[in-house]
Amino acid sequence: MFDFLTSGQYDVLGAFWVTVQLTLYSAAGSLIWGLMLAGMRVSPVPLMRSFGTAYVNIVRNTPLTLLILGCSLGLDQTLGITLAGGDSKEIGFRLAILGLVAYTGTFVCEALRSGINTVPVGQAEAARALGLSFFQVLTLIVLPQAFRAVIAPLTNVLIALTKNTTVAATIGVAEAALLMKEMLENEADALFAVFGVFALGFVLLTLPTGLLLGQVAKRVAVKR
Amino acid sequence: MKLFKAGAAAAVAVVLSLTATACGGGSGSAGDGGTAGGGKDKIVIGIKFDQPGLGLKTPDGKFAGFDVDVATYVAKELGYQPDQIEFKQAVSAERENLIANGDVKLVVATYTINDKRKAKVDFAGPYFLAHQDLLVRADDNSITKAEDLNKKKLCSVTGSTSAQNVKTKLAPEADLREYPGYSECLTGLENKAVDALTTDGSILAGYAAQEKNKGKFKLAGLKLSDEPYGIGLKKGDKELQTKVNAALKKMVEDGSWQKAVDANFGPAGYQAEPAPQITEGS
Repeated sequence: MFDFLTSGQYDVLGAFWVTVQLTLYSAAGSLIWGLMLAGMRVSPVPLMRSFGTAYVNIVRNTPLTLLILGCSLGLDQTLGITLAGGDSKEIGFRLAILGLVAYTGTFVCEALRSGINTVPVGQAEAARALGLSFFQVLTLIVLPQAFRAVIAPLTNVLIALTKNTTVAATIGVAEAALLMKEMLENEADALFAVFGVFALGFVLLTLPTGLLLGQVAKRVAVKR
Repeated sequence: MKLFKAGAAAAVAVVLSLTATACGGGSGSAGDGGTAGGGKDKIVIGIKFDQPGLGLKTPDGKFAGFDVDVATYVAKELGYQPDQIEFKQAVSAERENLIANGDVKLVVATYTINDKRKAKVDFAGPYFLAHQDLLVRADDNSITKAEDLNKKKLCSVTGSTSAQNVKTKLAPEADLREYPGYSECLTGLENKAVDALTTDGSILAGYAAQEKNKGKFKLAGLKLSDEPYGIGLKKGDKELQTKVNAALKKMVEDGSWQKAVDANFGPAGYQAEPAPQITEGS
């Protein structure tokens, strides 16, 4: 029943490695982009605040498939913007990361903003009284405390991101979901076994993430 | 409290509408049962809904294409009039399960006969022999053999047999892009983001012949693989298999087969193979 695993015809590990790479690059990117968005949303400049709010509300509510397909069909196929050269494989990979970062950044932003709200106002007021600028207050006083409060929600975002990478299959990035489609096309007699293998693969990817970061969250949380 | 009330009202509304539709569905199928009791029942046939020239659901809810013509002819031979046929969408990944679960009696949906599939379903036919081919821009003459593909940008459907053929056999170095459907590939082909779109020639012909694509694309005419299309049916149903085979044979002999080929593939200038020998179930 599982002979498709040993036939050597499919590189299951390789496909999951692409999934892991997609996840890691997108996680790093969306952490940075989410931080910037959160900074904008709490900044004293009205224009930045309204941009942050508008971006988060629009992108968060746009289906991810639409974003990623838009990156590929719109940017690449129609406008010819390929994010540096390379073949379709690399272009697709980068465009998928762009889409994932644009989307996941909004969730990171909102998680961080909720963390900022857990920091007592007195902290920011005291920092301002010392003569620190907005940027210094945010990066030195507020964000370090906010971060420790939002490890758990960010873990959820990371796990969701891991699973969302399967959407990259729509633009032909050779990750796990794409390989699954190939296997379903060929292995008509072992549908459930194929599904089982890929479900297990994702559990193996996300379960340790959740357990590990859950421990970290417990350890670093600020007890108030 | 107000919010809670509104929520509760909404929930009640949803539940009511659900039960209402459930009732509707129930009475609907009961109605079908009623007509069946009147002496006539229906046959459910799985086809593709999104492939021009083969199986296409048109905006007015009708069905058109070569697969549809074959299905209609076979159903007629089995004793069902066209108005007794219910077409159901059979996307590639679900075809085996639709048959195995008894949701459809037959699947006529560009269904290539192969051994893995035969482990789960039986086939009648083949009724058509297609080849993997390329669709290129009308003014492009640079692709004449499979090796030429290694320097080209190709497009196909995610996970399809054609895409896998390119990766493993035909042109491993080709720059292959995979999309969920052929329409996305056509966008790229038109904008010169890709050089060719590859899948079975019969399917490509359908796209080339579409009104909005007339004159823009052409088939390269390469025979990159053999794809004998069969009619899928429940495993072990020898009686049905024999009947369907007989129907296909008759369709070829009385000229209806050729007529269907000409009507559906003619406009694209697609050179269809002559009717294949029936190999299954004999």
